[in-house]
This record gives sequence, structure tokens and C-alpha cells, in this order.
Amino acid sequence: MGEMAMADGGAAARKQIWKVFFILLAITAVEFIFAFALDKSFLRTSIFLVLTIVKAFYIVAEFMHLKHEVKSLIWSIIVPLAFITWFIGAMIYEGGSVLDKHPNTPTITNSK
Amino acid sequence: MSSTTLTVEINQPSTTSAWAGGKEPMNASYGKLMMWFFLLSDAFTFSALLITYGFIRYSHDAYEGAVSAFQFSQTHWPIPEKVFASLPMLHGVNAPLIFVGIMTFVLIMSSVTMVLAVEAGHRKDREAVEKWMLWTLLGGAAFLGCQAWEWSHFISGSDEGVMIDSWKYIAETKQYGWVKEKIYGANLMQNEYGPRAFADLFFFITGFHGFHVFSGVLLNALIFFNTAFGTYEKRGTYEMVEKVGLYWHFVDLVWVFVFTFFYLI
Repeated sequence: MGEMAMADGGAAARKQIWKVFFILLAITAVEFIFAFALDKSFLRTSIFLVLTIVKAFYIVAEFMHLKHEVKSLIWSIIVPLAFITWFIGAMIYEGGSVLDKHPNTPTITNSK
Repeated sequence: MSSTTLTVEINQPSTTSAWAGGKEPMNASYGKLMMWFFLLSDAFTFSALLITYGFIRYSHDAYEGAVSAFQFSQTHWPIPEKVFASLPMLHGVNAPLIFVGIMTFVLIMSSVTMVLAVEAGHRKDREAVEKWMLWTLLGGAAFLGCQAWEWSHFISGSDEGVMIDSWKYIAETKQYGWVKEKIYGANLMQNEYGPRAFADLFFFITGFHGFHVFSGVLLNALIFFNTAFGTYEKRGTYEMVEKVGLYWHFVDLVWVFVFTFFYLI
């Protein structure tokens, strides 16, 4: 924030906070619409994943103020998180196949 | 200090670049930097839970039929909107994902009031910090209340219950065997809504997140009282509000992911 925000008593900063709030609210509303309008598919899952990352961007960049930190701090946080997000996405997509193809995997389903 | 000041020069750096002691590394205070790295490690822990969720969920059979004809069964993974479709005080009303939507709204809202408290701290406006911290506390408490209701509903189950096969001790034959049994709700051993792992993951993931919210509420209360007692005013900086704010936003961030992976997909 610093001097720029101080000049107007923080009014610009507060305006930005509420703007981000309405963006987050709108994205969540869109997610709800897709949850009922679309059938389960790879496309729907991808849309949810992308919208989640957009929401995460706004929370981390604006609320946690990371966008306004120095570059070295931004990259120290973003790079590990980008890889781990990829990992989550990959495991959601590939999880079944990894266990299916392992020769020693017992069936996990509860049906006897 | 005493009148005779002793100045000792110990290994004074020849340069005052950022990483040689000239100023704070990454232009952030020690506390803020450590909070960031703690949150990064915490993100790994939550990611491990979500990866586990993906792995276990997709190694179970998915439900193939029409959504309207969905029935709870041990043989396929449930559709979240069929499990989480109730509202408090509206028994029997089908409201898929509405309650979890309200919870999401409450948490995002409390994140907004938190960042407003941080902004007030920058202006050293003690009363505004107090006001927004109180709103944030209220939001956190409201979320925990919602979660308590959601858990108790999940545990007590539907009116109808579901018939499952249980591995039990049978008194007549004095042996263990498969028995048809009607169960209601879910716990760590049995689950009305689907495979046992679904309930286990629900309790672990939302429970671990809920514990973070609970800790966040305690930290927020600490910040509120310190502000009210004028601790930060005396210190001349409201940076503690910012540090705990980082933690609180992180809790909101995790919920965004839990909401997507557990309730939407």
C-alpha cells in the first residue's frame, strides 16, 4: 500500500478490496451455475479447476498483497504452488489409472 | 542507554546490499516472511490431502446413470450435490449445495473484513481495526457453527437410511460373517452415502480445515484484544494484524480449493 494509498486516506485501497470481493462472489456464482447446468465431464472439471485458480489468484495477489511484494518473494511462493497445483490436477485426472494398472492393487470398493 | 556508549564493530559487512544485512531480505519483515513460508508448507499438507482425495476417489467406480435417479450405494462414489442437499430448520427440503454456498460466502466475507482491518492498521486507525476484527471474528465463528451443523447432519444421516453388508460377529454361528444391516449417516467405519473412504476423507479434509479456522479465530481474538488494549498503538505499528491476516486469507484460500474438489467436482 505505502504512500500512494495514504494520500487519500486509503479510499482507493478500500475500493479495490470491495472490487475483489465482488469478483470472488461472481466467480462462485458462475461455479454454481456450471455445477447444475453441465453434466459431469472433463470439460466441466477443467472449468472448475480454472475458475478455482482465478479465485486463488485474487485472494493471494490482492488480499494477501503478494502482487505488491518484490519479485523474489512472489516467485518463491508461486513456483512451488504452481507445481503442487499441477500435482493435484494430475492426480485427480490420473488417480484411477495409476491404481488400476498396479498389479498388487486390491480392489478398494466396499462391495464384496 | 547509559551515558558511556560503547560501540563495537563486529564483522561489519563491506557492502550494504539486500542480502548482506543492508536491509530486510525480499523487502519483507522477518515475521511476514516466516508467515509466508509457514503458509507454503501448510499448503503442501493440504495438497497432500487433496491428492489423496483424487487418488482414492478415482480408484472407486463412478456413478454412471442419470443424476435424477441417483441412489446412495457402497459400490459407487456419491455425487456431492446429492449428499450435501440440506438446510438447517428446513427438514426435507432439497437444496443441493446451498448451505455450502452460504459457508463459502461467510468465509469470503470474513476475508474481506480482515483485509479491511489490515488497511485500517496501515492508517493506524485503532477504532476501525477493532471494528473490522470484530466482524472477522463473527464471520469465523459463523463458519465454525455452519460446519458443526454440517458435520452433525452428515453423522446422523437421512431418515430412510441405507441397507449395507457389514462384516460382523454372528452370535448363532459364533463366527464373523456378512450381515445385511440398515445404517444411518456416516462415521469412520460406516457410511450411508457411499464408500467408507468418502466419509473418512470428508472428516479429515473438512476437519483439518475447520481446525485451521478454529486456530484462526483464536489468533484473531488475540489481535482484537491487543488492538483494544492499545498494544499496537504503543508499538507504533499494526503489522501483527497483517501477519495474522495472511493466515486468515490462507484459510479462506484452502476453503476455495476444498469447495471445488470436495463439493463441485
